[in-house]
Amino acid sequence: MRYLPLTSDDRSAMLATIGAASIDDLFANVPVDARLDGPIADLPRHASELAVERHMAALARQNRAAGDGPFFLGAGAYRHHVPASVDHLIQRGEFLTAYTPYQPEIAQGTLQMLFEFQSQVARLLGTDVANASMYDGSTACWEAIVMARRITKRGKALLSTGLHPHYRSVARTMAKYTGDVLVDGDPSLEAGTDWAALADSIDKDTSCVVVQYPDILGRIDDMTALAAACQAAGALLIAVVTEPVALGLIKAPGEMGADIVVGEGQSIGVGLQFGGPYVGLFACKTKYVRQMPGRLCGETVDANGKRGFVLTLSTREQHIRREKATSNICTNSGLCALAFSIHMTLLGEAGLRQLAAINHGRAKMAATELAKIPGVSVLNNSYFNEFTLLLPTEARPVIHKLAERDILGGVSLGRLYPANANLANGLVVAVTETVTEADISAFAAALKEVLA
Amino acid sequence: MTALNPGGWRPEMTAAGGADDNTTFTGNRALMLEEALIFEIGSTATTGVDFDEAAPAADLGALARTAPIGLPGLSEAETVRHYTRLSRQNYAIDLGLFPLGSCTMKHNPRLNEKVARMPGFADAHPLQPQETVQGAYAVIHELAEWLITLTGMHSVAMSPKAGAHGELCGILCIKAALEARGEDRRVILVPESAHGTNPATAAFAGFTVEDIPATEAGRVNLEALKARLGPDVAGVMITNPNTCGLFERDMKAISDAVHAAGGYVYCDGANFNAIVGRVRPGDLGVDAMHINLHKTFSTPHGGGGPGSGPVVLSEALAPFAPLPFVTKHAEGFRLIEEESAGEDHPQTFGRMTAFHGQMGMFTRALTYILSHGADGLKQVAEDAVLNANYVLRSLEGVLDAPFAASGPCMHEALFSDKGLAEGFSTLDIAKGLIDEGYHPMTVYFPLVVHGAMLVEPTETESKAALDQFIGALRSVAMRAKNGDPALKSAPHFAPRARLDETGAARKPILAWNEPAAAPGTPSLSEIGGS
Repeated sequence: MRYLPLTSDDRSAMLATIGAASIDDLFANVPVDARLDGPIADLPRHASELAVERHMAALARQNRAAGDGPFFLGAGAYRHHVPASVDHLIQRGEFLTAYTPYQPEIAQGTLQMLFEFQSQVARLLGTDVANASMYDGSTACWEAIVMARRITKRGKALLSTGLHPHYRSVARTMAKYTGDVLVDGDPSLEAGTDWAALADSIDKDTSCVVVQYPDILGRIDDMTALAAACQAAGALLIAVVTEPVALGLIKAPGEMGADIVVGEGQSIGVGLQFGGPYVGLFACKTKYVRQMPGRLCGETVDANGKRGFVLTLSTREQHIRREKATSNICTNSGLCALAFSIHMTLLGEAGLRQLAAINHGRAKMAATELAKIPGVSVLNNSYFNEFTLLLPTEARPVIHKLAERDILGGVSLGRLYPANANLANGLVVAVTETVTEADISAFAAALKEVLA
Repeated sequence: MTALNPGGWRPEMTAAGGADDNTTFTGNRALMLEEALIFEIGSTATTGVDFDEAAPAADLGALARTAPIGLPGLSEAETVRHYTRLSRQNYAIDLGLFPLGSCTMKHNPRLNEKVARMPGFADAHPLQPQETVQGAYAVIHELAEWLITLTGMHSVAMSPKAGAHGELCGILCIKAALEARGEDRRVILVPESAHGTNPATAAFAGFTVEDIPATEAGRVNLEALKARLGPDVAGVMITNPNTCGLFERDMKAISDAVHAAGGYVYCDGANFNAIVGRVRPGDLGVDAMHINLHKTFSTPHGGGGPGSGPVVLSEALAPFAPLPFVTKHAEGFRLIEEESAGEDHPQTFGRMTAFHGQMGMFTRALTYILSHGADGLKQVAEDAVLNANYVLRSLEGVLDAPFAASGPCMHEALFSDKGLAEGFSTLDIAKGLIDEGYHPMTVYFPLVVHGAMLVEPTETESKAALDQFIGALRSVAMRAKNGDPALKSAPHFAPRARLDETGAARKPILAWNEPAAAPGTPSLSEIGGS
């Protein structure tokens, strides 16, 4: 067995040192009737690297990879080009095979990277501080709602109908058990957001208002007035960003007054990975930092006065506070945070702004082409790199027919809101820098053919 | 590249070498390279990414982001160097034995990395039409079948993102099952030796947490537990093997008693690696157990994640499992989402995360499992237990092992700080081990042992590697027992000496802020980015 270094001679010598006659003696505390005699029957035995690789490669080939043809899916996970150096660097064994930096003297690499990541995220989202990452955007969103309850001592959260339905589902699941009251609903096919109505719904019991930006239909809006309405009522504004590349082009939520900004960092550095692992971004105003969930890295000095970094404010956390912790999170998404941070360093502000502008331009090009198809229109009056198409028929069957033509043509609202017939004709289309003009032409031609 | 080390030699220092004979101009010491922050060496005008086209004009009106963002960029050459230099300030499994108890730092096979990067897995979108991702569903299903068989359980929820998220999944299943029975039980019993995530999870789900007493031998006190059970107890959370490195001999009796009192048994599976292929938790009456794929099945720990925490469930809890999950049919695999849950899975407690869980960890874990097979996994558990007992017995008479009389340990050996010289602590031993070239063991956990040191060598260490580690630990322990003052200031050879954690918490600096420029100070762009 190639991963196990002990030889039979080693094992015998070690058993002799221990004073045990056999390996079985070491399992003496396991009741005999719970012990298995031999390897579990009907399961395969060990296999060579070649055989395993062959098996897994065969499974991989059964998937159509996004890069195999025209690809327009988004809805919370975006396909961007990730520079080759990102994956090379995250595979450095010193990053890949380290753990949470519990011993800071020999974990400065991870700690400095986390400090840089936190600083990058805070700047990108327009806030004061950010933590060292969460599992993903959806769990970060729920943690933000709970954090708002802790801060405001109120239990009612107003969710914009433009919030990703999976994020809303996660919040609903958790709220059932925590007693939080959620006010939510499906989006309606309007060109603009529901934020003005949300502002009017805030009352003295409202802990927070949660908006997504750009939202699930791709719409963008100014949240300044909503932030002011929240502040006036003593509620917090939570902004959710599922496509952080957008913030190279449009104002950051923190700039417009959001108190807590959370997001899915996947689109920078991480890749699609069929839904995970991703990296949750979590940022807020400085005054709320002690109510934050998750790990935080801070700057300090060592005994010789040299600058160094440590995990800090851990009295919020489960390993110290146990049942009184701000969250039960322990392991987060360190390696994905590293990938995000490296990609962001490669981009820099100049590169991020250019990438964002190219995305937006490509989306405008696609929207223009697709809207030329008879019966097809674009819902949004504003968008970044994703917009909602209204088709003359239900979108779900169209998606499958497009897939038969080797075009992955977006995410149907029917998939996201199966119970809502009003949304069935909606198709959410994302267009990033990875989409070529030829892809757009092929998509438009195929859609025209399918709808004819 | 000039490293901006404030501790380095500076022109105003009078004699060469200044206060420290080893001071260099750069602050570097040969291969020990200092590295500044990207904010000190980068520039917002620099980018390491080329684009094929100019940025088209956008018309976004007042929403346009016009204010500076402050994100520094580096060329690719500088980026590679920056992160490579940082990486060299980390300890890692690839460098040596990493005996962090309860974290299971075992070798991460590189085939797993290669497989996870196959385009069919790495470059697939979670919401692609189901007919285009049958291979991905097949991976989830095949891994699920292995986990069910290895644990002897009824089913498995694959979507939890990490161990603590898996705990929450199991606890919410219990809560949903109680609700379905129309019972309002409020108490979860958790031993003091549990991971902090256990009480935090139970509290998060609205339960009251109460302690389960332990015996002097380091196990759950069955009689005390039985006495506490009643109509208000929803269940127990027990780690088995437990955090003292011991197998809970009475696990089946515990389960039976809890079930008889109407409760459920949650098992923290963080230590499943000690028994995989040799013991099935399903045979011990467990109702729910999370499996840390990043521990038992060796997906890389990545400096703090990502993890993955599938939860195996008993028949009693299976109906309440979260969405989504994959089912197998004659025509292929199907993903059960909200849409068909009403028919297929009406009692689900809901969704815990966007999309379907940690696919990138599933591919790695399945690759690991297929490489080992049923026989290899059994050998994994046996070698892990053998290595831990070898460490435990080899240090007899050097370090106090509070439960040495409780029989063999499982996959980790637990020591206390008893017998150290006045003023010397577990922390000093940990820092001394750093100078010996090791990552220290887990320290001050579990809480039930004074100055605890929890050593988990894992099965991927050779006997020679263990012998050297044992020698090093013995040496450092003797220094602590003899009161060697040099140990108090260890580590001496690490990239940093002991760091001021109190100061960091008292006045938190959590993000980079440009220092106010003193007169005559060169600007950041003049110092860096060149």
